Amino acid sequence: MSRIQNTFSRLREHNRCALIPFITAGDPDASVTVPLMHAMVDAGANIIELGVPFSDPMADGPVIQQASERALLHHTSVRDVLEMVRHFREKDAETPVVLMGYLNPIEITGYEKFAQAAATAGVDSVLTVDLPPEEAEDFTRIMRQKDIDTIFLLAPTSTTERIERICAVSSGFVYYVSVKGVTGSSSLDITAVTAKLNTIRLHTALPVGVGFGIKDAATAKLMAATADAVIVGSALVSRIAAHQDNPAAILSEVSELLAAIRKAIDE
Amino acid sequence: MPEQPDHLIGSMPDAAGHFGIYGGIFASETLMAPLAELTEAYDTAMQDSQFQAELDADLQHYVGRPSPIYHAERWSRENGGAQIYLKREDLNHTGAHKVNNTVGQALLARRMGKTRVIAETGAGQHGVATATVAARFGLKCVVYMGEVDIKRQEANVYRMRLLGAEVRSVKSGSQTLKDALNEAMRDWVTHVDDTFYIIGTVAGPHPYPAMVRDFQAVIGREARQQMQQDYHIMPDALVACVGGGSNAIGLFYPFLDDREIAIYGVEAAGEGLASGKHAAPLCAGRPGVLHGNRTYLMEDDGGQIIETHSISAGLDYPGVGPEHAWLKDIGRVKYVAATDDEALDAFHTLTLTEGIIPALESSHALAWAAKLARDMPADQSVLVNLSGRGDKDMHTVAALDGLTL
Repeated sequence: MSRIQNTFSRLREHNRCALIPFITAGDPDASVTVPLMHAMVDAGANIIELGVPFSDPMADGPVIQQASERALLHHTSVRDVLEMVRHFREKDAETPVVLMGYLNPIEITGYEKFAQAAATAGVDSVLTVDLPPEEAEDFTRIMRQKDIDTIFLLAPTSTTERIERICAVSSGFVYYVSVKGVTGSSSLDITAVTAKLNTIRLHTALPVGVGFGIKDAATAKLMAATADAVIVGSALVSRIAAHQDNPAAILSEVSELLAAIRKAIDE
Repeated sequence: MPEQPDHLIGSMPDAAGHFGIYGGIFASETLMAPLAELTEAYDTAMQDSQFQAELDADLQHYVGRPSPIYHAERWSRENGGAQIYLKREDLNHTGAHKVNNTVGQALLARRMGKTRVIAETGAGQHGVATATVAARFGLKCVVYMGEVDIKRQEANVYRMRLLGAEVRSVKSGSQTLKDALNEAMRDWVTHVDDTFYIIGTVAGPHPYPAMVRDFQAVIGREARQQMQQDYHIMPDALVACVGGGSNAIGLFYPFLDDREIAIYGVEAAGEGLASGKHAAPLCAGRPGVLHGNRTYLMEDDGGQIIETHSISAGLDYPGVGPEHAWLKDIGRVKYVAATDDEALDAFHTLTLTEGIIPALESSHALAWAAKLARDMPADQSVLVNLSGRGDKDMHTVAALDGLTL
């Protein structure tokens, strides 16, 4: 059983919702990332989503764009990101790590080479925002050969036909983008999200995570009532931005927010 | 090298938007349904004689088509060698070829019931062309433009505002065309229900590269007929500048199956290909994925997009339309580059010998055409797409002469 399956089945036994924080690798610099990953696990994270920086993050709002820019100031590469995961795995063999990013840095590495290196480093899954299933046949096959799960996005605009198709090629979990918009958007409509999750569940037994509009403990709590996982990104990353010159403050601030969200979704 | 099909016209893209290994749809899930809806609306419109009639009428009465082909006799004589002919897209309403496409997409937007259009712009020509048709159709219009470009194209920014468009400054990344495109995509994903994204070049996810090509192909269709009717010849060579590549594909496409005609796409060599400060992905880049399609890109070893340089804002783009990538690989079109200095030289020469002030973008094509013509006999001909006029570049050229207008 994969780390992701393991994590969800343990949580299900206790009827708990998974908490998945997102941070960008190398933001604000490489030395912060691994300690922050451990701190987030201590604060209640079940899976970690690690952003692979890209120069043109089209699906991201300003908060995560700027995180990418900070990481790229010192040239954080795919290889650097994998090295951070390897380092994280020295102390944590259980918490799944999902890489999230855009296709081009992976494409230039080569799918085979990337899959091998990612598997060796201890990566569990990859989510490429700009790679829909239509273009992902080779990618999915090569990742699966190395037991790396491929997570795809579903959106409010996804038709039933697409939901079916995407669920069929997904593994690990399915990621529902809760708003029409970029990361960090506001105005989450819980009723609409719940209705869509019900439709998605007709087509898959995989856990369904919800992200893109969850900015605090209150929205996380509402979402946790229907989702198998809540994904929190921009809210955490803006704490990193606010304390970019003070690593200790980043660790404590991010942990504090995450712990508050954990508490809210467990209540 | 991949093999060339017997008939190039109509052979690409495939149903999923691929030109060989290039093109496709590399977009986030939220945009997949709107892109499918757009493809369907476009396919239906192209089969609809009423839509075609509306488009043709607008191209004639609003844009001013057909644009003439002018034999630049004096310049040809002074240059030496082959005769140079100019397809005068600079005479279109708004001063460039961009309006051919915005008229088409605006008609489509109206047909689809969209009330708001958005666009990205580099030199400002596409932004102006979009703001223009938005004003005419009463559509709300937002144009994204990099902060760097806003500074070097002030006149066009003002034109867009006069036309009622909101120009939003993009301050992320390199603050040029590619970042404006990112921001426009973010806007679209947020407002998919009421918004139509008018992409200005033959890039982006399917159906944009094919759709923009089809709207711009009027250039080549007219040119092919005009050369025969007005001058009783077929050109021996075609030349056009390539940024994203819409004016180039517009001229080239109807000639692709005329194999005896040599075709040249001219990229911006900036300060020289060896300097690294250029915008020539086909000449010096490699394949990758950006802005919804697979194509040649300017990127570093880690797959990050690198900043480009060109004196002309309209060519300052790190990617290129996927059809050009394919035409390069199959060897049908030869892609070359002209430096800032070569383009400026051609800009001044055409202005002084023919009384035509070309856009700096088009000046890259003129520079290559002059070089090419010199090695050809006087009874041969080179047809250049004069894609836009140079009024918008007065500030840039004056600044090089030490003047502030």
